Amino acid sequence: MTTQQEVQAPASPFHGNVRPILNEVKHALDKLLETDIPTTIDLASLPFGPGELEYLEATLGTGELSARLDALGSSRIRETIYPGVWWVEHRNAFDEIVGRYIEITRSPEILSSQDADIAAGRARLENQFE
Amino acid sequence: MKNRPTVGEILQAKGVSRRGFLKYCATTASILALPPSMIPRIAAAIENTRRPSVIWLSFQECTGCTESLTRSAAPTVEGLIFDAISLDYHHTLQAAAGEQAEAARHAAMEENDGGYLVLVDGSIPLGNPGFSTIAGISNVEMLKETVAGAAAVVAIGSCAAFGGIPGADPNPTGAVSVMDLVKDKPVINVPGCPPIPMVMTAVLTHFLTFGTIPDLDKHGRPMTFFGTTIHDRCYRRPFYEQGKFAKTFDDEGAKAGWCLFKLGCKGPTTYNACATTKWNSGTSFPIEAGHPCLGCSEPNFWDRGGFYEPLSTGHFGSGEKLAGAAVAGVALGVAAAAAGRRRQAKFTGEG
Repeated sequence: MTTQQEVQAPASPFHGNVRPILNEVKHALDKLLETDIPTTIDLASLPFGPGELEYLEATLGTGELSARLDALGSSRIRETIYPGVWWVEHRNAFDEIVGRYIEITRSPEILSSQDADIAAGRARLENQFE
Repeated sequence: MKNRPTVGEILQAKGVSRRGFLKYCATTASILALPPSMIPRIAAAIENTRRPSVIWLSFQECTGCTESLTRSAAPTVEGLIFDAISLDYHHTLQAAAGEQAEAARHAAMEENDGGYLVLVDGSIPLGNPGFSTIAGISNVEMLKETVAGAAAVVAIGSCAAFGGIPGADPNPTGAVSVMDLVKDKPVINVPGCPPIPMVMTAVLTHFLTFGTIPDLDKHGRPMTFFGTTIHDRCYRRPFYEQGKFAKTFDDEGAKAGWCLFKLGCKGPTTYNACATTKWNSGTSFPIEAGHPCLGCSEPNFWDRGGFYEPLSTGHFGSGEKLAGAAVAGVALGVAAAAAGRRRQAKFTGEG
């Protein structure tokens, strides 16, 4: 599934801004395997020429697992074709993208149920019995 | 101010789940250009922060800064921020006028004495107080009166930060910047003509989140956004390194999207976040549209030689060669990278 060719950044007309990110992902995967420490890459602070972000997304592709979160607008969380590499995209209520990240982790934290929500949900469930 | 709800309470009242809150914190970290490892600290700070009062003063300006801010790219995040601040006075946006408006300003100043933020756009004329007045009060008098009880002052746009176009040669009104007049309060400069909306809201968010002012550079600009040059983060920089330049606006280099240095791009000497934050909902920025950076967030940008003169001939005086400017560009990049590392180390507790 993964070939060397897939992680080659293209030459023209792209500007060479994708390959360093793919290298960073590769190193982050080493770190995850060796130390179990996850990495988050915030794509908002990195330079992209026309078409490069789309190319990066297409290169990472869509893997086995995708999730949609509805909280303050929708969010897409999906594992790429590289296990442990997740593409996380947050949108606002107007469906505009407000944050885009590559997370290198076993599972993004936002997928887990949060204690505060669990407690609030438990209280709601208890009310069902009254 | 003590009675104002915390941001955590505001979000809770809106029925926002913990997951939604984490998402809000992640996008806030992104806006503040902080490392994602800071998200837990942001979450803890935001939950307990109370709404600060904001008074916005407009002096010698064109309202472009307000136009920019009110067309921010991320309405939900900004909406939450504006739910989380109390904008108590703004000529253009407030419904009140005349004496009512001035009464609102005084009420906000009294109620929040020592804790409110003053935002200023426009320069202040000292030549003749009558050049620019509001409700019969001269700009300089209103500024001094309003900042007396402020926690900090934010100079929005190049006019407020550095004098801008009103202050350009021959400066007929004797225009000066906010920091020329305010010496006893922290002044945060957010220059740009106009500034990037996200940068304006980020400065407010920083104050809201941490209750402090961000790290500033020698011109009083937040290092988060003004710590690296346009050139450092420009997607066309690889062409600069390869020596591939557009020499006219319609040559093969321009069509291929090569570096605009020789067409007068001020990217190597301009500190701002346009190259990554971009404009118009993240669509593009001037260089991506094929136009050189004008350097509008730098002091006195209007008087720094021709917009289309290469830095190697205009900015550094006569006779400098392109190679000299290239060396300067690299040196600036190295300094900015070191500054960026220091900032990151501060937040992550490393180094």
